[in-house]
Amino acid sequence: MSGPSGSSARRLPLGTRAAIFLRLLAIQGSWNYESLLGNGVGFCIEPALRLLPGGVHGPAFKSALARESRYFNAHPYLAAIAVGALARAELDGEAPERIERFRTALCGPLGSVGDRLVWAGWLPLCSLASLAIFGLGASTVTVVAFFLVAYNAGHFALRVWGLETGWRHGLRVAASLGNPVLRRGPQEIGRLAAVATGVAIPLALGRVIGPGRSLMGIVLVAVTLGSIAIVRLQRRIEGWRLSLFVLALFVLISVIH
Amino acid sequence: MLQLLPVAILGAVLGLDVVSFPQAMISRPVVAATLGGTLIGESSSGLLVGAILELIALETLPFGASRYPEWGSAAVVGGVIFGSHAAHPAGAMTLAVLSALATTWVGGWTMVQLRKLNARWAGKRRDALEAGARGSVVSLQLIGMTADLARGFVLTAIAYALLAPLAAFCIGRWSIDARLSRSMVVGVAASVAGGAAWKLFHSTNGARWLFLGGLAVGLFMLFAQ
Repeated sequence: MSGPSGSSARRLPLGTRAAIFLRLLAIQGSWNYESLLGNGVGFCIEPALRLLPGGVHGPAFKSALARESRYFNAHPYLAAIAVGALARAELDGEAPERIERFRTALCGPLGSVGDRLVWAGWLPLCSLASLAIFGLGASTVTVVAFFLVAYNAGHFALRVWGLETGWRHGLRVAASLGNPVLRRGPQEIGRLAAVATGVAIPLALGRVIGPGRSLMGIVLVAVTLGSIAIVRLQRRIEGWRLSLFVLALFVLISVIH
Repeated sequence: MLQLLPVAILGAVLGLDVVSFPQAMISRPVVAATLGGTLIGESSSGLLVGAILELIALETLPFGASRYPEWGSAAVVGGVIFGSHAAHPAGAMTLAVLSALATTWVGGWTMVQLRKLNARWAGKRRDALEAGARGSVVSLQLIGMTADLARGFVLTAIAYALLAPLAAFCIGRWSIDARLSRSMVVGVAASVAGGAAWKLFHSTNGARWLFLGGLAVGLFMLFAQ
């Protein structure tokens, strides 16, 4: 087997790369509370492991697949970095203990960075921007297409970049987590999302309530007070559950009245 | 009830997107409810409900192992129920949103059960997985996704079958003014969104001022329309 330093020019066949990428979209297919993403990582890396000496029936394939299917935790999009890096490490013939240590070390950063960048940043930003466009009176197709195109431009770019970066750097991929998009992205996206929140909420309210906005001032005041109440109550009850109870009560009053 | 099968299939596909495949956020309410409405020829009704649910969904982002509501199937139920009352009678929007919220609650519970089932199936294959058996790794993944698809199908079918007639019954007895009802439901949703945005962005440098600036722009645009 070639050592890591002698394999910098190694290329992953296009078909294998495409198979890994498609499988990355299903990396959470068997997500569970014991191995979390573990089986998904093994599932994604499997096409690359077929290139090991002896193919799918060889001992190298079996021991690598067993190793890669154990417990793993990461953000599903950024798991692409791990999949690329681990595939490279396995094909480069890195020592199993080194690969195990690398897997363990990668879990935390890939989870927290991904959560902040995607779930707490990019997704709410795209959602709020599409709500602002909705509030401006855009058509159904425009609103839905805007959301899907904007969100998935970031989503697919992140997965493609992750796989390429992981494969290129192998076990030295940790330095790539210092990429400006990953490091400063959440903060910058947070700023944009704060603006989008301010723009989107009144516009969305306006479109749903419709023409003749005599109620609008009252609703805006009620929303401000409601938001404060929800922030204050956040440790006791989630806002969506509270809204379920409030609306259920409203329905009861209206139907029984 | 003729719509039950297509509605359940759409709910299954969008339920699958939430976690298992491909997480492209076609399961977000603004998309899923619109698709639900489109299924019965009422895409703009679906979008209206979708926008309200999207405001609420801002609070429930799919962080790792946390338990969160399942919006894909639920938003389809909400979109179809609202779209079924094309004249938008008083109470229709409230009941569609309430139906979606109830479904999303149960949907979150079904996802937890599926994760437990996945763990059980993985446990049964532990020896094979430890031996690096390719078939076990692949089949575990495919079984998990198939089960998730089935989960979304059954959830959507049951929720729609139970909640659509209940919503129609309540709409027939609705006594509060239509605009007041709409204001109530969107006001509640916007309150959740405001609280959610605060929780997400309050620690970001300058977020308060940026929010206030955005709010000024939003209000100006609203009253200029």
